[in-house]
Amino acid sequence: MLQKIYDWVDERLDITPLWRDVADHEVPEHVNPAHHFSAFVYCFGGLTFFITVIQILSGMFLTMYYVPDIVNAWESVYYLQNEVAFGVIVRGMHHWGASLVIVMMFLHTLRVFFQGAYKKPRELNWVVGVLIFFVMLGLGFTGYLLPWDMKALFATKVGIEIAMTIPVVGPIAKTFLAGGEIIGAQTLTRFFAIHVFFLPAALLGLMGAHFLMIRKQGISGPL
Amino acid sequence: MHRGKGMKFVGDSRVPAERKPNIPKDYSEFPGKTEAFWPNFLLKEWMVGAVFLIGYLILTIVHESPLEKKADPTDAGYIPLPDWYFLFLYQLLKYKYAAGDYVLIGTVIIPGLAFGALMLAPFLDTGLERRPSKRPVATGLMLLGLISITYLTWESVVTHDWEKAKTQGKIVDVSFDENDPGYQIYQKQSCVGCHGNTLSGGASGPSLIGTGLKPEEIMKIAKEGKPPGMPPNAFKGSDEELKQLAEFISKLEKK
Repeated sequence: MLQKIYDWVDERLDITPLWRDVADHEVPEHVNPAHHFSAFVYCFGGLTFFITVIQILSGMFLTMYYVPDIVNAWESVYYLQNEVAFGVIVRGMHHWGASLVIVMMFLHTLRVFFQGAYKKPRELNWVVGVLIFFVMLGLGFTGYLLPWDMKALFATKVGIEIAMTIPVVGPIAKTFLAGGEIIGAQTLTRFFAIHVFFLPAALLGLMGAHFLMIRKQGISGPL
Repeated sequence: MHRGKGMKFVGDSRVPAERKPNIPKDYSEFPGKTEAFWPNFLLKEWMVGAVFLIGYLILTIVHESPLEKKADPTDAGYIPLPDWYFLFLYQLLKYKYAAGDYVLIGTVIIPGLAFGALMLAPFLDTGLERRPSKRPVATGLMLLGLISITYLTWESVVTHDWEKAKTQGKIVDVSFDENDPGYQIYQKQSCVGCHGNTLSGGASGPSLIGTGLKPEEIMKIAKEGKPPGMPPNAFKGSDEELKQLAEFISKLEKK
């Protein structure tokens, strides 16, 4: 039955080449931990992607309860944490995933760096990777404010004060992030929008480019 | 691939009518023990992912994600702390030559040089050699960066007042006078069985703190019950006591 549905769609749209293109590529021996255990260092990139997927999914569920305004934000997180079934697990996964993704990305960056895998012809992929790193840090910074508890507010205040010291760009960045003079209602809605729409959009675009390049060029050879 | 003359299409579309055999490439021509990504290698990755997910979930269950009390901008004594992966940048600004008049060194010059160099690494380190030992400058600079980040994070952690941090943001449960006649009545009645000693609720009764109800409304609930959990006639005592109890509960506010 499923085969028939597939064939029906495939006859009209020729979808086989699309997924075979993703599926059909060789995994060289030197990156396969089944053959050389030390090849586990090649897992970090994949694990970063895995956690990113979990972050997107858990974040989607969090927004079902979270309310991005200063009156209700904290209350909604408190409710989510203490009343909603499995809310504590979903929020916990998003909270710890934010740290784990930084750890995995850091290890992945070090692996690529110390193996010199960023050298010609893979320069552009390295640059895109560093941009992904910055986007992730931005997601961490904006997400930290959203529960609207004490540490969130004061860490964001300090963060924006630090940004203010940068000449020219600083005040513009402050206006963009805070939405005004004080860290308040405007700031929270902006951080929410940046955390949920702007940065994830940038992240997905950059990750798409990252994966496209690695499929095009293949993984770097053994040292 | 068949192109040009003689090609047949599905209807007037651009989809070729001729079916291509759906066979994966043979990887035997590649060197070493190369294998196909799909499905051989993906299955192994899947298993690594499953093991990782178990550890991840254990971490999530063992350490509940923290939530401090609601943001209060008037609390001037609060010592802020960013998330752990920003600590090294935060700590850097505590040194004399990266703060005050020299703050630009700490906020722009040092991080700018470090992250700029990281981003432009492929254009700075253009040699053909890939082994870390054969490119000592790149390796040395990265190690220096790693040591600096570790040291700064460490310094930030040991100088932070964790004792104070633990109490300063704690969610404070509502404080009430245990000698209030209302509370005395509350304890003697059956209320305490479901709503708990601290009135914060439990498995069979909701919290009574910050209900926003007027005393009259509370008196009504105590007498007539509230489906599904609260039975009618739960309160047994005089009207005077009921009034005191209702006023006591009505005054409880969430912090």
